[in-house]
Amino acid sequence: MDMWNIFVAFISSSIPLGIPLLYGSTGEILTEKSGHLNLGIPGIMYVGAISGVIGSFLYEMSCGNVKENMVPALAILIPLLCCIIGSVLMGLIYSFLTVTLRANQNVTGLALTTFGIGIGNFFGGSLTKLVDTDLPNIILTKTSDFFCVELPFADKLGWFGQIFLSHDFLTYTAIIIALVVSFVLNRTRVGLNLRAVGENPATADAAGINVTRYKYLATSIGSAIAGLGGLQYVMAYASGVWSNNAFGDRGWMAIALVIFALWKPTMAIVGSFLFGALCNVYNYVHHFFRLGHTANRELFNLLPYIVTLLVLIITSMRKKREHQPPQSLGLSYFREER
Amino acid sequence: MEKTPAIELKNITKTFGAKVIANKNVCLTANHGEILSILGENGSGKTTLMNMISGIYFPDEGQIFINGEEVMIASPKDAFAYKIGMIHQHFKLVDVFSATENIVLGLKEKGKFNLKAAEQKVEEICHKYGFEVDLKKKIYTMSVSEKQTVEIIKVLYRGADILILDEPTAVLTPQETQKLFAVLRRMRDDGKCIIIITHKLHEVLSLSDRVSVLRKGEYVGTVNTCETTESQLTEMMVGKKMELNIDRSEPKNMEDRLEVQHISCVNRQGATVLDDVSFTARSGEILGIAGIAGSGQRELLEAIAGLQYLTQGDIYYHNPKTGETDDLRNKTPLQIRELGVRLSFVPEDRLGMGLVGNMDIVDNMMLRSYRKGKSAFLERKKPKDLAEKIIADLEVVTPGADTPVRRLSGGNVQKVLVGREIASSPTVLMAAYPVRGLDINSSYLIYNLLNQQKEKGVAVIFVGEDLDVLLELCDRIMVIGSGRITGMVDARTATKEEIGLLMTKTASVEESAEGGSDNG
Repeated sequence: MDMWNIFVAFISSSIPLGIPLLYGSTGEILTEKSGHLNLGIPGIMYVGAISGVIGSFLYEMSCGNVKENMVPALAILIPLLCCIIGSVLMGLIYSFLTVTLRANQNVTGLALTTFGIGIGNFFGGSLTKLVDTDLPNIILTKTSDFFCVELPFADKLGWFGQIFLSHDFLTYTAIIIALVVSFVLNRTRVGLNLRAVGENPATADAAGINVTRYKYLATSIGSAIAGLGGLQYVMAYASGVWSNNAFGDRGWMAIALVIFALWKPTMAIVGSFLFGALCNVYNYVHHFFRLGHTANRELFNLLPYIVTLLVLIITSMRKKREHQPPQSLGLSYFREER
Repeated sequence: MEKTPAIELKNITKTFGAKVIANKNVCLTANHGEILSILGENGSGKTTLMNMISGIYFPDEGQIFINGEEVMIASPKDAFAYKIGMIHQHFKLVDVFSATENIVLGLKEKGKFNLKAAEQKVEEICHKYGFEVDLKKKIYTMSVSEKQTVEIIKVLYRGADILILDEPTAVLTPQETQKLFAVLRRMRDDGKCIIIITHKLHEVLSLSDRVSVLRKGEYVGTVNTCETTESQLTEMMVGKKMELNIDRSEPKNMEDRLEVQHISCVNRQGATVLDDVSFTARSGEILGIAGIAGSGQRELLEAIAGLQYLTQGDIYYHNPKTGETDDLRNKTPLQIRELGVRLSFVPEDRLGMGLVGNMDIVDNMMLRSYRKGKSAFLERKKPKDLAEKIIADLEVVTPGADTPVRRLSGGNVQKVLVGREIASSPTVLMAAYPVRGLDINSSYLIYNLLNQQKEKGVAVIFVGEDLDVLLELCDRIMVIGSGRITGMVDARTATKEEIGLLMTKTASVEESAEGGSDNG
């Protein structure tokens, strides 16, 4: 392969890598704009993924594991719906604890992450037992095929098609969702109200905004969006193969990306592609550089984490008021507090 | 003109927990086309009462009538529906939003969300009542008076007929106050019902048509302003006749204690906030500092206390014990204390810089003494005694020394803070707006404390906003404008007008720019 083709393949394969991060950070941005720091996002993404997996696993089973028996629309809608239900339930647990009971947001979020990863691994380990195999993974390649239909002309347009048109529909959905969230936050009345809730809930309350409802909705919708990131990872990036803990710490990177993106979904698009590429360097670096010992390549696994650290350090030095997190992020709101 | 009642309260009662009765059987009436003042000491339940009208709290008992009909106001939304608008003492504005964004916040207007159209509508209101404000400006870049203007426009935009203003002049300069009053009168003539909560008697007398007085949560009575006097109102408010004069003794044994020479400092944005400031504070006298809010008073005191980095200049302290002179420039508060300098500082921001709200009175005393003693364990006995002594001597109203200070009312918080600072027997005592938000009784208690300190030979530096008080309390008054000292006058001979002129002297450029966007 010549360098150009490798480069195109690198870019093309980096994009889906960044998509779970984009879902996660878009969801988290929406949640944080309501003043809630949801550290449960990694767990929610796990739950979103496993819920979708359970849905499609049962559907594949009911069709006797024959692709021809499956209806494409159902093959996509069932996992999608399961994923959204699962992650919204997680979002509701978080909202109930932090909004209604005013529990500490950090503790609740961390607990939810542990809980979500646990749920993911539990079902990930037990689903396979239903079909009497000893495989450690759940393999849903048939469903995955439905998710990964390329856009038309993708293979006829050379590098352009490979980079821009060859992805699964959840990749494009992620970008659309990020743009929609950005539009809603900045250009609509609902967005203005939501931002006010996150900045100063007492002000929003006095202005007649239902603070509790906004917080619940933002958290739940944010969770649903984040959950889709988990589903995209399994169905598109991992080609329908669920293995326990494979999703790794993408959820945490998504949260770090929120800070990198200055709470702007459009910036999150740029950021997630950048981080996708950083994660992907490991797979391609040996094509570009002579690395000597293969162990040296392992160092490139560090890259996204080092950049995350740098981003956190650099962004914490930023002073401009518009670039700060929502003012009452992490604080519970109680109207009659004196 | 026959006036119709806009809002009537009947037997309103509200309690917080079992102990605190904020309002008890309050009855009052406010009419259309009139300005009603609600007068009362701190903790007399004025703000709680108004919060019930605006839907923040819900009354335990009693009825509210609006235009003759009984209503339930369960949330701020309901309050809007009844055309009630409240301007809180602490502005309810979102800092990173523009004026217009704040004004339209939370509204459910029909049609597409359109900030430009909203802006035009806001401008019409501004024009009608004579407000001048830059609608695109972000709130965090605004002055206090501009923020207040935005708050008032906000409630008018929502079509408010009944406006409630909670201590609207507490943070304004005399000029800004006059502008505000002019706007309020224009709104009254437009048929709106205006209720202002205040404890400044001269404002009550000059602005309002009628005055309702609350005392310790109970309704005392309502009088027509034209038929009442300052002393009658005071009596209604505090329940007993008060001697309102401050005893000012002649300063004795004056020595130079603190010499500030040519200090300058810049803020985080790099703008100069103190520019070549020099003065001397002497023991046994009260040096007043007057100026428009935000002219560098805060930075000046912080510079002396070791909390600001000075770009130039020196601060010399003449130690009365050793006779030595120390340079305090750019030393930390701890280093300053280790030099043997006994400096006490009552900052403007009581619960932010002065006390820790969630800690009780004893723990707050220990913030000053925790370094004392050699044992690894904390010495709690003495701070506890001190806390109890302060509670007894300064008549702090609190369930006990173990109550978190944030649960106390503003005046009591201030008493705890001043009490603690005085207890360390300072040689220099700095107090920034120590009576801000305090009622008359507490204010005089604080003035007397400052006077006592002066008689003990302490060099007292007092930053104040009420020029009458400054003239009565201080020995000398230094005027600061835009970070520069614009004058030093003898408080015994100076007049208010003289100081007012000095306040705006070098600030004239900024004042005209700011004045343009004020309340018209």
